[in-house]
Amino acid sequence: MNDFEYLAPRELDEAVALMTEHAGSAQLLAGGTDLLVFMRNGRKSPEFIIDAKKIPELNRLRLDAGQLTIGAAVSCRTIWENPEIAEKFPALIDSTALIGGIQIQGRATIGGNLCNAAPSADTVPAIIVYGAVAHIVSGKGQREVPVEEICTAPGRTSLADDEILVCLSIPMPPANSGAEFLRFIPRREMDIAVANSAAYVELDEAGETFKNARIAAGAVAPTPLFVEAAGAALKNKPVNDESIAAAAALARAAATPINDMRGTIEHRKQLVEVLTTRALRGAVTRAKREGRNNG
Amino acid sequence: MNKPETTNNEFNVVGTTPIRPDGLDKVTGRAVFADDFHLPNMLHGKILRSPHAHARIKSIDASAAAALPGVRAVVTGADFPVIEHKLINQGAAGMINIGELADNCMAKGKVFYDGHALAAVAADNPHVAEEAVKLIKVDYELLPPVMDVRSAMAEDAPVIHENLQPGAFIVPAEKFLPNAGRTQFGNGDTEQGFAEADLILEREYTAETIHQGYIESHVTTVNWDSNDYVTVWTATQGQFGLRDHLADVIQVPIGNINVIPLEIGGGFGGKERIYIDPVAAMLSKKTGCPVKVAMRRDEVFRATGPSSGTYIKLKFGVKKDGALVAADLHLAYEAGAYAGGPIFLGILSSTSRYNIPHIRINGFDVIVNKPTMRPYRAPGAPQALFAVEQMIDELATELDMDPIDFRMKNLAKTGDRLVPGFPLAPIDTVNLMETVKAHPHYNAPLDGLNRGRGLAYSLWFNLGETSSARIQVNLDGSVTLTTASPDLSGTRISLAMQAAEALGIAVEQVSPAVCDTQSIGFAIPSVGSRTTYGTGAVVCEVAEEILGQMRARAALLWEIDTGQVAVERGIFSNTADPEQTLSFNQLAGRMFETGGPISYHKTGNPQSFIPGIAAHLVDIEVDPDTGKVDILRYTIFQDVGKAVHPDYVEGQMQGAAVQGIGMALNEEYFYDDEGHLKNASLLDYRLPTTLDIPMIETVILESPNPAHPFGVRGCGEISIAPPPAAIANAIYDAVGVRINSMPMAPHKVCAAINAKKIAAAAAA
Amino acid sequence: MGNKSHITATINGEARDFLCEPRQSLLEVLRDVLYLTGTKEGCNDGNCGACSVIVDGVLLDACCMLAVETEGSSIETIEGLAKEGELHPLQSAFLEETGMQCGICTPGFLMSAKALLDKNPSPNEQQVRHWLAGNLCRCTGYDKLVRSVMKAADTLAEA
Repeated sequence: MNDFEYLAPRELDEAVALMTEHAGSAQLLAGGTDLLVFMRNGRKSPEFIIDAKKIPELNRLRLDAGQLTIGAAVSCRTIWENPEIAEKFPALIDSTALIGGIQIQGRATIGGNLCNAAPSADTVPAIIVYGAVAHIVSGKGQREVPVEEICTAPGRTSLADDEILVCLSIPMPPANSGAEFLRFIPRREMDIAVANSAAYVELDEAGETFKNARIAAGAVAPTPLFVEAAGAALKNKPVNDESIAAAAALARAAATPINDMRGTIEHRKQLVEVLTTRALRGAVTRAKREGRNNG
Repeated sequence: MNKPETTNNEFNVVGTTPIRPDGLDKVTGRAVFADDFHLPNMLHGKILRSPHAHARIKSIDASAAAALPGVRAVVTGADFPVIEHKLINQGAAGMINIGELADNCMAKGKVFYDGHALAAVAADNPHVAEEAVKLIKVDYELLPPVMDVRSAMAEDAPVIHENLQPGAFIVPAEKFLPNAGRTQFGNGDTEQGFAEADLILEREYTAETIHQGYIESHVTTVNWDSNDYVTVWTATQGQFGLRDHLADVIQVPIGNINVIPLEIGGGFGGKERIYIDPVAAMLSKKTGCPVKVAMRRDEVFRATGPSSGTYIKLKFGVKKDGALVAADLHLAYEAGAYAGGPIFLGILSSTSRYNIPHIRINGFDVIVNKPTMRPYRAPGAPQALFAVEQMIDELATELDMDPIDFRMKNLAKTGDRLVPGFPLAPIDTVNLMETVKAHPHYNAPLDGLNRGRGLAYSLWFNLGETSSARIQVNLDGSVTLTTASPDLSGTRISLAMQAAEALGIAVEQVSPAVCDTQSIGFAIPSVGSRTTYGTGAVVCEVAEEILGQMRARAALLWEIDTGQVAVERGIFSNTADPEQTLSFNQLAGRMFETGGPISYHKTGNPQSFIPGIAAHLVDIEVDPDTGKVDILRYTIFQDVGKAVHPDYVEGQMQGAAVQGIGMALNEEYFYDDEGHLKNASLLDYRLPTTLDIPMIETVILESPNPAHPFGVRGCGEISIAPPPAAIANAIYDAVGVRINSMPMAPHKVCAAINAKKIAAAAAA
Repeated sequence: MGNKSHITATINGEARDFLCEPRQSLLEVLRDVLYLTGTKEGCNDGNCGACSVIVDGVLLDACCMLAVETEGSSIETIEGLAKEGELHPLQSAFLEETGMQCGICTPGFLMSAKALLDKNPSPNEQQVRHWLAGNLCRCTGYDKLVRSVMKAADTLAEA
């Protein structure tokens, strides 16, 4: 690993100033579970490491009436250990609880997962379907961007060199809604997704019709894929196997996977359809349970 | 857990489960593994490895690396002695081409695989050494890579070695093609055999390259002193082999080298060869400091191990009654960059458990642009069984016979002639089959969609060979047991138990240790399931000699003939006067009045090719939409002769089976078209995790091995061989598709199920 | 290498300080600076768990954390598992149930299992397997390892 300077700002303003000063040669360190590996294998060689874990705004995890706020440096384990999040955002638990092993979950962050922009990032489809918004700050000001607009290519994001992802905010899901995230890997733990899929549904009170749906898939395109058409196709459709199959077929059609050591094109296309089908079914089950709980 | 039903009760220590003496340091973090060793003034070496699979080295410019502050030395192939390429017979240690061994450690002229070492740096710390390695400039002339056995054997294949010298792994091959050596065996007349057959099946099977996957990387520390004495501290399966090979490569007298084996974090066959030791030695020579070289995990995958990918073609003929009459086997195994892969053991393990009157086996040792293939636990057997045990299952299915009945019909028994010409040494193969058939697992209903049960059977041979042991009886009655056999898994306790049993004392009295090469006689490495059996047999011989010496001491004290001294369970007695007795400890306490210290050292050669047998039964469930296979239940039936420490015997069975499950389902080297290894990490080379595996049931059988005083057989390797075939047979039982390509990764299972659906739809 | 930081941390209950370069991981510092070599390196990229340690109560891979990040932290390693010469029940169980073979992965498994039992004193088999999935063992096939952890849990429950 090349040498670098380690900086640990304690305030966001200080971090912003450092990122401005060292734009292009600085890298924000959250969990480090990817960054340290990239620095060891030479894929990244920053001259400055700016530790995100001492900045209060990046470490905040707050659930209030309107929304969930997840600081960019909050670990996956902190998220899945939170019973309120587990109740309101089960798909977040699905995804944060299966990244790496417990050791990795204790360090890895959703913010880091998003900013690494791996096509297979497991938390990204989940936050996309929940409609998460990224809060970004730099010396030039603040901006808010839907998370599906963050990843632009493998390993690349729409963030400028001097920008910091501060947190994600996710609106509180309405009544009769549910979501599920599923991943396929050859083992049961520790792998990168061959394909993954997240589905969010909002049903009518009777649980018979889709009012809204959002579907996202991973490892089947250069970036985590928000399949808007598949979700839109479910709108006002009856909750049945036929509607679900049609939406899953659209997810498959949107997938443009590659052959690599983790999977084949054909298998990934089939998986995205299978996982989307299963995730939709799971989301519907959760929506109905949620409806009952609220009623 | 299934404890073995001990076939006899004559033992005091053997068959019990004492705590291993090295265990305490391992649970407290104090045990010293190779990378835990530090010396004052020690430098750190790092190696530049080829990014290309096949290339000529036109030039190496290391000037920038040498100029980096903190760098103490740079070496390339030009700094190493030039060694002639030829096979040298090293007796029990095998035939070896030292020139190729040397080139594998540091390339000269050409690189033969992604990861081939071609320069190295010693620096004050590992980070500086890595920075320096990146500054070395190499000019390559790229050559076309050859990445699998069929391409390598094709007519227009690029020639990898201009002058291929066939290698030898136990049995030498003959040169057959520019990139392949051949070994042939056979019996009878296959043409006649196939003419007699009622049913003939022909099938092809492939397997990908796999790695031993030990969790401890390769690490060595070498000090080359001013007298040209070279000391090596490392983790190795064989300190003597390392010493002798190192001496050949760095050209110092063998007697100048001492190899001190540290705790070893797994080997499975992959740590019996030198890779980094000559590099550390040359860096130490150049700097005058001790040098540690530690491989990163990606280097372990790119440049050590692995075990052969294969292409196997079978033609089997059988009579209606289930009798096998003819078999034609074409076994092509990767040798990797240099000749000498496990082809002979592939041949030996392919069919030796069955009697087939007319058989022809053509084995090929095939050069490809991958790391040099090394043994991996029952080398060659899992790939051979994946083919042959699927063929057996298919034949049984075609004939509508129970898979055990079919195997019973053709089962090799004690004394039957094996393909290489020698008879099967005593073992109860019939009892194993009957035990499986009567077992609740075999007879349990298997309900549920997409679930299936599979069986596979293996016969494998234990090595004996050169082993050394010394016993010293101490004044207080404690016993120091030293051997030359590195302990990979608990063999210090299994050897101490045998010494205690033979001496008639408590195992707690025996302190076992593994010695450096200056402190004990030669031995071949801890390989071939040989340590508990082979080294154990020598330990027992040494113990017998010690008892003889002690009887003579008692005779001196009692002023009688040695022949009148009896010893039983550690009590020496005068046969003429039964009142006159001395305990082991009392007699030890009087050693200095009876002639001095009591000790004995022996290097012996226990018999090789002792059979072991195992049958595996597995229940699986296939997810037909994703192709994923889950293991639901797994039972191993294995004949271990005599289980010395039954818990560790079970551990060997379970550990081997889980390695077999890993290679069956997920493990493989993934190369791109240019020959770059793409998954050189424990992320993408997928060892099974805790969650992938259920509890593994074990049934230990004990038909004694006459070549060992307690009947012990080796038990370490065999159970890696059946899992791929057993799982393949279970997949067929579950979803009706045959997966002839290993690993049976989800995408392959999925594709096979889809193809079957399409075929069924077309037929309908 | 003038670029060294002075770090103060609590290691196994004792106040310690050390100098390290920013690029040195916690694993490197434990092993090569403090000579606490019980924490093992298996992969150096967070995929084998051999370097599992507990930092401020959180189980993590020491290879995936920079040593400079540990200023003011409390770090538990395998060397601190036995207290005053008394083995932790996990250590005893690994010995008695033969929960190891070569022993290289053992410290990592022990620290992971300790973190599990700290959180959930009576896990079932599936919970043990799930929690330990980040630790690779190539020797045992996991059977006796999992049994060892469950036995230790029983011992702790009886205590």
